[in-house]
Amino acid sequence: MDRNKKNEPPIKEHLHKLDRTDRAILNEIQSHFPIKEKPYREVGERLGLREKEVILRIDRMVKGGIIRRIGANFNSRNLGFTSTLCAARVPMEKISGFVEKVNQYVGVTHNYEREGDYNIWFTFIAESQEVIDFSLQEIKRRTGVRDLISLPAEKIFKIQVDFEV
Amino acid sequence: MKPKQATGLSDLEKTIIRELTGDLPVISRPFNLIAGQLGISQRQLLSIIKKLKAEGFIRRFGATLRHRNTGFSANAMTVWRVPEEKIDEVGRTMASFREVTHCYHRRPQGKWKYNLFTMIHGSDEQACRRIAEKISQATAMTDFQLLFSYRELKKTTMRYFHE
Repeated sequence: MDRNKKNEPPIKEHLHKLDRTDRAILNEIQSHFPIKEKPYREVGERLGLREKEVILRIDRMVKGGIIRRIGANFNSRNLGFTSTLCAARVPMEKISGFVEKVNQYVGVTHNYEREGDYNIWFTFIAESQEVIDFSLQEIKRRTGVRDLISLPAEKIFKIQVDFEV
Repeated sequence: MKPKQATGLSDLEKTIIRELTGDLPVISRPFNLIAGQLGISQRQLLSIIKKLKAEGFIRRFGATLRHRNTGFSANAMTVWRVPEEKIDEVGRTMASFREVTHCYHRRPQGKWKYNLFTMIHGSDEQACRRIAEKISQATAMTDFQLLFSYRELKKTTMRYFHE
């Protein structure tokens, strides 16, 4: 099992490839993406670049793995959905089977193995609390993992998904 | 902002939400392409996206980066045990740190005693530990743990109103 992410490419390599223009574009399209007919021309106008160059550079950063995606991030609560963070204590030898079953649920969007007694942490989004409760019971039944807790947020102090680079 | 209920969303709005969960193509007129696929005008699509944004359904529209490739290579889910009566004050202080991207109050359960969760980003694990120490000193909260991730097992975007 690869526990130390040794296979990941060194970060510096990616950073070196980004020049000032790339960074300016990234900062612009993270937080001020134009909802306009020609968004990249608009970004170019703000930064003094031609549309073609903006598109070329963004395309390169998508292919180079800097940009994960371009699109909308939704407020799940306002859409009427409920979300929670779940933690499970899963014995070493059961981890792969447990993860395989848990990841099948569409509502499981993030899942990490972490250090500590509770070693598997995943987020679950669904249209109602009932669906989440039902699914968690189902997961316990199907995997034999009994210690699975749900920790819904009582209050959100901060969610920040854009980074100045 | 007052949250609106999803029940107030039209079928067209739900279809657009479903569409916007995917990747916006990097072409000159991406919204025109999507509008064509949905059989509506570009003008109608743009005005609905703006409305969904203004009403708080869309939290943010734009590019999402892979942190690992942009210099924030390490992150630690850091959990804190905070007296409930101090949650608001401590939560706001922790949220004010630039390196903290997420800060949530969660109710403890069973054997799990930690009630404040922060996601701390840094250039490496040592940097995350230093930031946690700094936060600990700023808030006088000393019962905490940094839970580094060993492996990413799944990371996707939620597909709302998926058929």
